Amino acid sequence: MDVAAMDAILAKFPTIRGNLIGILHEMQSHFNYLPEEDLRYLSKKTQIPITQIYSIANFYNRFSLKPKGKNTVCVCLGTACHVKGAERVMDEIKAQLKVDVGESTDDMQFSLEEVRCIGACSLAPAVVVNEETYGQVAPKQIHGILQKFKK
Amino acid sequence: MGSTTAKEIVISVCAGTGGVAAGGFNVIEAFKAELDKNGLSANYQPRVHKVGCRGFCAKDVLVDVQVDGKTETYQFVTPEKVAPIVSEHIVGGKPVKKWLVKKDYHIFHDKQQKLVLANCGQIDPESIEEYIAAGGYRAASKALGMGPDEIIEIIKASGLRGRGGGGFPTGIKWESCRRASGVVKYVLCNADEGDPGAFMDRSIIEGNPHAVIEGMIIGAHAIGSVEGFVYIRAEYPLAVERLRRALEQAREKHFLGKKIFGTEMDFDIKIVLGAGAFVCGESTALMTSIEDKAGEPRPKYVHTTDRGLWGKPSNLNNVETWANVPMIIEKGAKWYAGIGSERSKGTKIFSLVGKINNTGLVEVPMGIPLRDVIFKIGGGIPKKKQFKAVQTGGPSGGCIPASLLDMPLDYEHLSEAGSMMGSGGMIVMDEDTCMVDVSKYFLQFCVDEGCGQCTPCREGVFQMVRLLNEITEGKGTEKHIGLLEELAATIKDTSLCALGTSAPNPVISTLRYFRDEYEAHIFDKHCPAGVCKALTHFYIDADKCTGCTLCARNCPAGAITGEKKEPHVIDQDKCIVCRICYENCKFGAVQKG
Repeated sequence: MDVAAMDAILAKFPTIRGNLIGILHEMQSHFNYLPEEDLRYLSKKTQIPITQIYSIANFYNRFSLKPKGKNTVCVCLGTACHVKGAERVMDEIKAQLKVDVGESTDDMQFSLEEVRCIGACSLAPAVVVNEETYGQVAPKQIHGILQKFKK
Repeated sequence: MGSTTAKEIVISVCAGTGGVAAGGFNVIEAFKAELDKNGLSANYQPRVHKVGCRGFCAKDVLVDVQVDGKTETYQFVTPEKVAPIVSEHIVGGKPVKKWLVKKDYHIFHDKQQKLVLANCGQIDPESIEEYIAAGGYRAASKALGMGPDEIIEIIKASGLRGRGGGGFPTGIKWESCRRASGVVKYVLCNADEGDPGAFMDRSIIEGNPHAVIEGMIIGAHAIGSVEGFVYIRAEYPLAVERLRRALEQAREKHFLGKKIFGTEMDFDIKIVLGAGAFVCGESTALMTSIEDKAGEPRPKYVHTTDRGLWGKPSNLNNVETWANVPMIIEKGAKWYAGIGSERSKGTKIFSLVGKINNTGLVEVPMGIPLRDVIFKIGGGIPKKKQFKAVQTGGPSGGCIPASLLDMPLDYEHLSEAGSMMGSGGMIVMDEDTCMVDVSKYFLQFCVDEGCGQCTPCREGVFQMVRLLNEITEGKGTEKHIGLLEELAATIKDTSLCALGTSAPNPVISTLRYFRDEYEAHIFDKHCPAGVCKALTHFYIDADKCTGCTLCARNCPAGAITGEKKEPHVIDQDKCIVCRICYENCKFGAVQKG
């Protein structure tokens, strides 16, 4: 457990009311997932029952209770991407990373996620790696894109 | 040192999500460097600024080069093109013609009426000064000098209706919230734009965030609120950042905070980040989510304008609705009500995506014929394919067939056609789109994104997906359509929230207009669009094949063989029905069967 990090995150929020999801976002980006011990610490500090925190952590797609890979590959499966062949792009990424959606590679380099529309429909099909958006992605480009993020 | 005599140089570079993905920031840097290199920066103080989405995302990066008031627009700008543009156009005075926008760019804009998007693409979204210079915050200042009832009357008389879904009259909503008993009231902005295919709210916040803030200030005064919330998707990092910056700037100017605009009114706005749950776009789920809980909808026996966030009267409007408010106050209800059709006033922003030539964001007066949007503004369907349908309203909406292309686009006509306005996503589909597959897509979406609270939605939609899967796998029987219709009716009648009751809509509307496609899947075991893999095979027409080998080289399964300049053959045992050959063949030799 990282008490110092947790206290630093909590210090950013003067009130807890209406900020729990914000706190979990900060934890997710700091730890790259939501470690159980730190969630318990959060519960103790905020007096919010751990069951409520767990239900939130479990409900929202952005939160993960399992450690995630260094890079997150997010394939947009919005309607525009769907009709323009996002599934083929997804299949190619699955094949290259040898993981399914929601999983991470053995070397923890990549996690694969799907998202229902990032609002970049004019770029369909779109793939987001970490913060970078790639548009009009063809399956044959996948190798090159992934290569850029391998350390 | 350049030889130009120009005095005023303004370079506006698109830096919306589309522009950034296409390299907008690199183009900005290239312009700055190139202007320096030509000695222009020192002498003329040129302004290179980023602007929000300009709408025609398919042409990004779009750049306006303004020299002494004369503006030229360049398309597909890359850092490599910047040096010639600076030396030939800005220094030499001759625009680089080959890179300027073409006729299609002008046709794209001809039938549009940009009111809400007027500032997007013109001003720097990160500068409150530019917004103020464009007339921003005048309406809020004016409204704060008016009585709340007066404002509500103006909004009512304008005919403004909610832009996020049902199209409820905004003024009436404000009035209910104002009249609700209680001291603490909230104004909320729904920026959880979850409908796949819609990105107008993202673009408004990225391109003109202050308009939303200004609208909320006016609403807060009318309703009597001191605290506002914007609930925004975490999937929109750029919009979140720009909104956050805009809020800080508004606080510095005392447009937010204590005693705003020098009056006695206090009002501030807080950002609440979503966390990837589509259902949170539903009004009560959004409020539950702000309350630090899993975003599950609540029954609406009592309106949220009476009991909403933390049990207090709450007024929720979406981004586009809020962004309409300042200009109504500024220019008057009569002016606004003069735009649009009989019961749908003003303009509506649509995102035009899918199988269409000119993808992007368009703002048109309500009531414009659908045909004009698809075939004039949108430039029609690529590769000379046939238009099949346009899907509107997101997962709650429906598909509109070619026979209704002359329909006016407004709330009434869209719902008569079995679809809805929704937030304005328009996904265009051509002859290669399978309507059964599209229905399956939307229902699967609802299964994935449903909150799981009520049985009709959780179990019913799941069963509908199962039936649709069987149909697309060739296991459909004559009973399938009847079962789908029965389930759809039950789910519509008995689900808890609007997402549940509308979840079957894609199936209902495609059964209404494209029943023959369902029947082809079930009785002929054939997918007419060639999408459903179990019901499709591809073959090469030997008469049309030129033996160019393109298909064989691109086939991921190694299923295509043939000698150069001789007709090729697809090995059906190896073919994975991926469509790559079909889409790439330049001679139309690959046929679907």
